[in-house]
Amino acid sequence: MTWLLVLILLPLVGAIVLSGLRGDDKLATRVALGFGILELLLIIPLWASYRPGGPRLQQTTSMDWIPGFGIHLSFGMDGIALVMIAVIALLVPIVIGALSSTDKLPEGRSAGGFLSLILVQQALTIAVFAATDVFLFYVLFEIMLIPMYFLIGGYGGANRQYAAVKFFLYSFLGGLIMLASAIGAYSLASDKLGQGTFDWATLVTVVRDAPASTQIWLFLGFFLAFAIKAPLVPLHTWLPDAAGQAPIGVAVLLVGVLDKVGTFGFLRYCIPMFPEASKTLAPLVLVLAVLGVLYGSILAAGQTDMKRFIAYVSIAHFGFIALGIFSFPTSGSETETLSSEPAMVGSVSYMLNHSLATGMLIVVVGMIVRRGGSTRISDYGGMAKVTPVLGGMLLIAGLSTLSLPGTNSFISEFLVLLGSFTTRPVYAILATIGMVLAAAYVLWLYQRVMQGPVRGDAMLGAGGGPGTAIAPELGAKKGIRDLGGKEIAVLAPLVVLIIGLGVYPKPVLDTITPSVQATLSSVVQQGGK
Amino acid sequence: MTPTYYLLLSALLFAIGAVGVLVRRNAIVVFMCVELMLNAVNLTLVTFARINGGLDGQVMAFFVMVVAAAEVVVGLAIIMSIFRTRRSASVDDTNLLKY
Amino acid sequence: MTASSWLLVAFPALGALILLVGGKRTNGWGHLLGCATVVLSFVYGVVLFFGTTGEDAANRVTDTKLFSWIPVDALQVDFGLRIDPLSVTFVLLITGVGALIHFYSIGYMSHDAERRKFFAYLNLFVASMLVLVLGNSFVTLYLGWEGVGLASYLLIGFWQERPAAATAAKKAFLMNRVGDVGLAIAIFLMWKYVGSTGYTEVFAAVGNMPAGVVTAIGLLLLLGACGKSGQFPLQAWLPDAMEGPTPVSALIHAATMVTAGVYLVARSNPIFNETADARLVVTLVGAVTLLIGCVIGCAYDDIKKVLAYSTVSQIGYMMLAVGLGPFGYALGIMHLLTHGFFKAGLFLGAGSVMHAMNDEVDMRKFGGLWRKMPITFVTFGLGYLALIGFPFLSGYFSKDAIIEAAFGQEGWKGWVFGLAAMLGAALTAFYMTRLVLMTFFGKARWKDIKSSDGRDFHPHESPSSMTVPMIVLAIGSVGAGAFFALGDRLSEWLAPSLGPLEEFEHTVIPHAAIPWLTVALSALGVLVAWLVVGRRDTPVERPENVSFPVRAARKDLYGNALNETLVARPGTWLSRALVYVDNRGVDGVVNGIAAGLGGGSGRLRRMQTGFVRSYALSMLGGSFLIIAALLLVRFS
Repeated sequence: MTWLLVLILLPLVGAIVLSGLRGDDKLATRVALGFGILELLLIIPLWASYRPGGPRLQQTTSMDWIPGFGIHLSFGMDGIALVMIAVIALLVPIVIGALSSTDKLPEGRSAGGFLSLILVQQALTIAVFAATDVFLFYVLFEIMLIPMYFLIGGYGGANRQYAAVKFFLYSFLGGLIMLASAIGAYSLASDKLGQGTFDWATLVTVVRDAPASTQIWLFLGFFLAFAIKAPLVPLHTWLPDAAGQAPIGVAVLLVGVLDKVGTFGFLRYCIPMFPEASKTLAPLVLVLAVLGVLYGSILAAGQTDMKRFIAYVSIAHFGFIALGIFSFPTSGSETETLSSEPAMVGSVSYMLNHSLATGMLIVVVGMIVRRGGSTRISDYGGMAKVTPVLGGMLLIAGLSTLSLPGTNSFISEFLVLLGSFTTRPVYAILATIGMVLAAAYVLWLYQRVMQGPVRGDAMLGAGGGPGTAIAPELGAKKGIRDLGGKEIAVLAPLVVLIIGLGVYPKPVLDTITPSVQATLSSVVQQGGK
Repeated sequence: MTPTYYLLLSALLFAIGAVGVLVRRNAIVVFMCVELMLNAVNLTLVTFARINGGLDGQVMAFFVMVVAAAEVVVGLAIIMSIFRTRRSASVDDTNLLKY
Repeated sequence: MTASSWLLVAFPALGALILLVGGKRTNGWGHLLGCATVVLSFVYGVVLFFGTTGEDAANRVTDTKLFSWIPVDALQVDFGLRIDPLSVTFVLLITGVGALIHFYSIGYMSHDAERRKFFAYLNLFVASMLVLVLGNSFVTLYLGWEGVGLASYLLIGFWQERPAAATAAKKAFLMNRVGDVGLAIAIFLMWKYVGSTGYTEVFAAVGNMPAGVVTAIGLLLLLGACGKSGQFPLQAWLPDAMEGPTPVSALIHAATMVTAGVYLVARSNPIFNETADARLVVTLVGAVTLLIGCVIGCAYDDIKKVLAYSTVSQIGYMMLAVGLGPFGYALGIMHLLTHGFFKAGLFLGAGSVMHAMNDEVDMRKFGGLWRKMPITFVTFGLGYLALIGFPFLSGYFSKDAIIEAAFGQEGWKGWVFGLAAMLGAALTAFYMTRLVLMTFFGKARWKDIKSSDGRDFHPHESPSSMTVPMIVLAIGSVGAGAFFALGDRLSEWLAPSLGPLEEFEHTVIPHAAIPWLTVALSALGVLVAWLVVGRRDTPVERPENVSFPVRAARKDLYGNALNETLVARPGTWLSRALVYVDNRGVDGVVNGIAAGLGGGSGRLRRMQTGFVRSYALSMLGGSFLIIAALLLVRFS
């Protein structure tokens, strides 16, 4: 039994325990938090066991599942998967801890059910990152939608059913196309080896030699699924709805972790399995990526709803991630390979850092919404005067979102742009415009919510008409309180990580660099032939 | 003696049964027409068994008869209960199960 | 000893951390801690300074690697600090002037409930600014560069309940970000062509880079410098930044942060030495900006805005100087230092006046204040004289040197830059004299009016925590120039960082005449100002029927209007249009498909009539079709 398997199974045990605790919300939250923290602690031995210089996949286990088709229940991880698994383990306890200070569950729903779904989601997401069998990955990729569907559809906002169905259909459609491609890869393997297999490590060696035209079709199948998941423009419209309607905790997991499966898929499946196709289609992906950066940023600036705002911000950030992943050099020149390597490393660290920054942003917005009772930006104003600590937290999350040096996101964005500039200068320069736009939308949000005269509407209910200025003391009197100790405790780990990883990102970079080199060499070696 | 006549007869019976199912409204009559179609098929099966000199077709006919008997039991029971609640055995009255 | 140079940064950073995390608990002693950390840094800076002077000129540049910051295989960005004459000079300026302004703030902010937070932000600023000047790679510089941007954002918007302050803060950050993009792309170019971002490696490789790339890097660095230093075309944020508390204007928007652009160009001197084209653009930007700043400064009635435009124009001088290359790097830095003294002093003086006048900034409501505030008047007056280049005060030495060097250029450049600089000196004398006359002399106009919140004005001298820093800075304004310039003390001290100061061969007008001409023109400016403003009473209401140049200058020469029409409004419009497109267009396609499918199935549903025989018929038809198909395959 590897640590990895323990990490996958533990939340499932927690979910079973929680489903028996439907009556007592307080107890259920405590038990769930216990499981979440235990899971987080288990990351320590997992991380300690990882050898950056060791084999590509570590902590591997494999069992027969459907031997007739060469399908195994096999799990393993590389540095990229390790980082993502660590993020999930970190975010889940934060989500559970923030539950009482952000969301009010709909009438008649128990916290036990909600939290057990969250734990199931955690287990499945870890398993997706750990799966090393392509068929198993597909199955988990689809099953993962089920708890999320219920989490959005059962516990979300007013328009939750629509959002949940839209989310499900989008992702499911992508998944099915991916299945077709996976079967195609399988049949390529069975032609070549005489016996089909879905084992990732074997498939990679077989499929990469397939003719370019075949590769392109198979690539597109996988790519579509991941492009929907990661959302790249123009396949993004499910995210604002889903994130806008989902409860805060679920939105954190959705934007912070689930969407990363898409970019993870680019790195694990698209590029190593189909290097020729990746090179041919890289310009297409880059156009979508840069489009995403600019389009997401401009739309974020135009949003009137805070949760949808975050969704569009994420779309812009996913553009950066995709830019970094697909700016590998198309010729095999060694200097170019070396000098573009920071781009992919940056993308992987962006996957981590975006989870932290956006996760914090969503939780802080949840706390604002809990106080004001509205997600409309225009209902707020001058909150920092009444709740300075909350204002500070929003500012920290915002600064990380706009990649201020000294915060974690800067490292990633800098690496992505620096690396992609060496191979794709035009795309990189266009994407740097996103840096300016990021400052614009973040600071504008901060100004509208936190600065200016203290305003009444949402904060005081029917107290004042739109735009009425009120005295700061009145806010305190009406129960708009600043963050309490528990809420600060929930946010503190994120703040520490956001600044800590901005100042000293070495541990993370050292962990992911070897895996990125392996991914990059799979596409560049091919070019050298 | 050619088997063609038997086949023609069974085709005729099947056609009568099919038309009966389509045009008649009384559930009992529709039911009888279904039986007629089943028996037309039985006749075909037996005829072919005779032509091929095997027993397969005859065995098959027995199976059909057994199934038909079971069907009659269940079907008539359903028709009876419908008639009891609605005082009618017309198939067009029972059209609730639709779009 | 230089190995522990991180302490310089650590003190103020720790101060900011304690004050921000400690929150209200530190209200009682927060301001003292804030001052103490900066003083500690200053003391340590002095120690470093003497340590460096003790070395031979050849050993005065030391790099210290603290830790590996961004290691990715080939890319190794270390967090390292460089102690050399240039950075030590800046350390002394930042911590020295910074400490004075911290003291001043104790008095100035004494009525503010959030004084502790103000000191936290000031400490954050000092720490970031020290990272900026101490960093030994362009990435470390970038860290400090955006760090001071953040501190500036927080401090401009310190009174965040004022919409104008919040907007000004955002505007400053955004315009800086535009410049930062230039700096970032310059760093990318260095990585692409050099494979490193450290000063040592980049400067060593400049000679081997294609000339076009060097020029591109130079221009991109200039874009960064323009953003940070409020140079044309990114100058519009700096006057708005005066919404912040006055100590902030003095420290950040006069003495230190806004001069970072000059520092960047001077620091990158090996790059600019290789590219005459980029240098020319730097000089042009400086010349244009110094004139713009002077012209607008003549029209404003807001005391802080006049000083702000004066800052814009003085930084224009510095840019012009460093754009002259080896002839001017040291001159630019010298003017930067003397400017740090007298402009900080002027801002503190203005703050003192505002403190006395219920935070009023309109000079038309002042007048005759010299009797009421003698210390402020004297210190302000000395700063004023230094700024307009009164002979043998510090501005005289630093500005004159720049004007001479500008005339020292060959051909048309000498004429254009020299005359621009000289004209600027005359205009500076005009608007500063106007400011002093309107504020300190003439009738006491504040006697008959009330402040905007309905109180009477009772001007009084400020407490000693405010006047002492003003006095110290006034001494600097008087003596610093002579100290730096006589015997070429400063340029020789800076030579290890900037290269030796080259002497120009000849000037386009006779060399000896230039100081005389400059002083004469400045005197003319003073005279005109006295004729226009000093001779008669200033009306309290601003006259509106004025000539076109005045109107244009009052509107910042239409800089803001241009930004508004070219960037802000189309941006808002684009954003709204795209939101519409996204909801109706992109999402419309998705929802359209869903609706189409739904509608289609709605039609098809009608086939389920509920009549058994219709189902039977369709079954029969289906069977016929299948059998027909089978037969067709069989017999065709």
